[in-house]
Amino acid sequence: MAQAAEEPGSGRGYLAESGWRSWAYTMDHKRIGVMYLYTTIAFFFIGGIFALLLRLELLSPQAKYFSDHTYNIFFTLHGSMMIFLFIIPAIPSGLGNFFIPMHIGARDVAFPRINLASYWVFVAGFLVVIASLVSPMDTGWTFYTPYSAKTGAAVATLSFGIFLLGMSSILTGLNFIVTIHKLRAPGMTWHRLPLFIWGMYSTSIIQVVATPVVGVTFLLLAMERLLGVAFFDPAKGGDPVLFQHFFWFYSHPVVYVMILPAMGIISEVIPVFSRKPIFGYKAIAYSSLAIAFLGFLVWGHHMFTSGMSPLANAIFSFLTFFVAVPTAVKVFNWIATLYKGSITFESPMLYALTFIFLFAVGGLTGPFLGALATDVQLHDTYFVVAHFHYTMMGGTVMGFFAGLHYWFPKMTGKMVNEKIARISWALVFVGFNVAFFTMFIAGVKGMPRRYAEYLPKFQVENVISTVGAAILAVGIGMMFWNFLQGLRKGPPAPGNPWRALSLEWQTPSPPDTENFHEIPVVTDWPYAYGTPKGPAA
Amino acid sequence: MDNVLAFGAASAQAARVDALFVMITVIGGFFFFLTQGMLIYFAVRYRRRLPDRDNETPRITGNHLLEFFWVLIPSIVVVAIFYYGWRVYTDQRIPVGGATEVYVNARQWLYEIKYPDGRTAINEIRVPAGRPVKFILSASDVIHGFYLPDFRVKMDMIPGRVTTLWVEPDRPGRYQIFCTVYCGTGHSNMLAQLVVMSPDAYAEWSARHEEAGEEKEHEPLAVRGARVAKNAGCLNCHPIGGAAKVGPDWKGLFGSNVPLEGGASATADEEYLRESIVDPGARIVKGFPNVMPTYKTTLSKEDVDAVVEYIKTLK
Repeated sequence: MAQAAEEPGSGRGYLAESGWRSWAYTMDHKRIGVMYLYTTIAFFFIGGIFALLLRLELLSPQAKYFSDHTYNIFFTLHGSMMIFLFIIPAIPSGLGNFFIPMHIGARDVAFPRINLASYWVFVAGFLVVIASLVSPMDTGWTFYTPYSAKTGAAVATLSFGIFLLGMSSILTGLNFIVTIHKLRAPGMTWHRLPLFIWGMYSTSIIQVVATPVVGVTFLLLAMERLLGVAFFDPAKGGDPVLFQHFFWFYSHPVVYVMILPAMGIISEVIPVFSRKPIFGYKAIAYSSLAIAFLGFLVWGHHMFTSGMSPLANAIFSFLTFFVAVPTAVKVFNWIATLYKGSITFESPMLYALTFIFLFAVGGLTGPFLGALATDVQLHDTYFVVAHFHYTMMGGTVMGFFAGLHYWFPKMTGKMVNEKIARISWALVFVGFNVAFFTMFIAGVKGMPRRYAEYLPKFQVENVISTVGAAILAVGIGMMFWNFLQGLRKGPPAPGNPWRALSLEWQTPSPPDTENFHEIPVVTDWPYAYGTPKGPAA
Repeated sequence: MDNVLAFGAASAQAARVDALFVMITVIGGFFFFLTQGMLIYFAVRYRRRLPDRDNETPRITGNHLLEFFWVLIPSIVVVAIFYYGWRVYTDQRIPVGGATEVYVNARQWLYEIKYPDGRTAINEIRVPAGRPVKFILSASDVIHGFYLPDFRVKMDMIPGRVTTLWVEPDRPGRYQIFCTVYCGTGHSNMLAQLVVMSPDAYAEWSARHEEAGEEKEHEPLAVRGARVAKNAGCLNCHPIGGAAKVGPDWKGLFGSNVPLEGGASATADEEYLRESIVDPGARIVKGFPNVMPTYKTTLSKEDVDAVVEYIKTLK
């Protein structure tokens, strides 16, 4: 698509400089992206260890390895680290930072200094989160009042940490919006943008609009705890349910912050490995914006049992169902892209197809929770736990894994061992489904979530789930071991190992510091695969 | 009712929720097998067979008619599911007249039951079958949940406001009640039972209860204490050996020397145990939170004595 032919690699590209200063003070979007990736993946592992400890404890119905209080701390830390330190920043701030400028043909983001600042604010945020461990939180990642206003844990400290993380997220979102508007290469019209950019653009809008609300919410909570100003305490005239409205006004849209960039990655990977143009480009692009918009109108569906009026519940339920439509449109278009393709199954494609499969399960279990009567049954049970792990882990994290395998050669200049990548994929796929599908069954049978101990009748499901979690952990461990091996001694990667058409692949691997020696002139869209007249007879 | 399958609805309303569940499962299953069937079919059918002919694919970029239909059809389907879910929900939210009313107040980590005639209970609600029951729900400290899986309903219990929930049990049985809103350390032990009795048994129980409460005659005091301790929720917080919980361990407690908050200590004799039950804030054991509610009004003097007697047997 670009004028520039593949340039000869200058060896280590943007990685040429070394020493900690070359990283700590860097304003190169790629290095900042890499720092974000390392940081968020570290927290993915820490959050994962907490998950495994939870699954270990849940092998037995009674408290066995940890006290109930310790269990409650573990599920709080699992949730808050996975959400705030991994899944929200990993794709946007990690892969997004690296690839947005390269996708649009720019040398960097619009505000490189703000970009670096956002990383260090993020570091400050996670340091404060770690500091809160002196008196670890036991409120769940949702911080519901009045419990969070009363518990002895360091709620104010942790919420300040998340406040800082939110600030970093706003800075990144703002930077990306300006970058996408102003720094597109000549000829890179809106309808020639890779769909990853559309996903990132929609995500950035949500980050900028919704994140301040959670910041304010946590400020109010801190004021309540530290100064005794009762916003949420009913004893002093506050309203505990108000907190839930504030919280979900941010935290529902933020699930689209998590999923839209992953959907963008899927839209990149599927055409490359099917050698077909993406089917329904505009439908996929605009459905991202539609999801971002609708996401702001549906927060009340987390609160159908909180005593809201039946009318308010009905309106939220009605609106919630319309999120399903643009989501379904994307899935149909991805599948249609495969039609008459020439499909290969390298690891990025395996994860992309896994995304569609698992996300379909997650998406199609949504209507149970959107419909009022079944939500009243299933709310706060393991059904909900299963549903959001299918969408968030089966969706976003599989998209992240697809992105990591897809872009690993570009980011590192090395190839990974494809055989090990496929074995680890198989373990991840099997382990994930064993671990999480069982939770649907436990939920339908009535097992409530956040239970340190449970009735013996739920033990079979819990043991199966723990076995699945162990398989999943081995798969993920193997995947990252493979990445490390690739990093250390993988064969050098060519500039464009997947023969993709988007701009980032038209550079050497790893790319040089300012990406393009000459800003490319774009003449076609990035999905011009296949022959215009159909297969040669 | 501990059915192996989730189905086994304990009311007509619950059966309607199950019907909705089945409908969504069928629709969801249809779309799942449609889309994933196509995904797998295409992946197999169009896998690359000849390595060097990978660019000989047709350049298909979209189809407006298809886009139109796959916006339209899901839109119709979701509106239909919404409508059905809303109707079933609306019907279960409108109580019919003549319901038996039961007040339920939640606190960390038990349910306090109050019947309109003044009877009280802890963690066990008795109602007659075949008649509607209205639960009037409140909470004293933090938000709790009131979840009746066999009836497919739940409602949050919120401090500072009253919420209600209505069911019509159609047959006698013991039904589990769970707390579903995370409420702290004892959350997963905050369990209660809904005992649905046949109308005759309920009438008999009501009459008997008015005379002498629930206890059987000639029951040894410690046995009665064990029963009371279980029913009153003591064991949700107090372990008897084993892993630490919210409250002090009962095992070997009697006669021991208990360190208190503020440096003093006390011998755990009958009087100390009695006081700790009816006025738990009076002497706090060192290292434990002052969270236990008083049982002054919820347990009779006989019940308190029975529990003390029970603790004495736990050596």
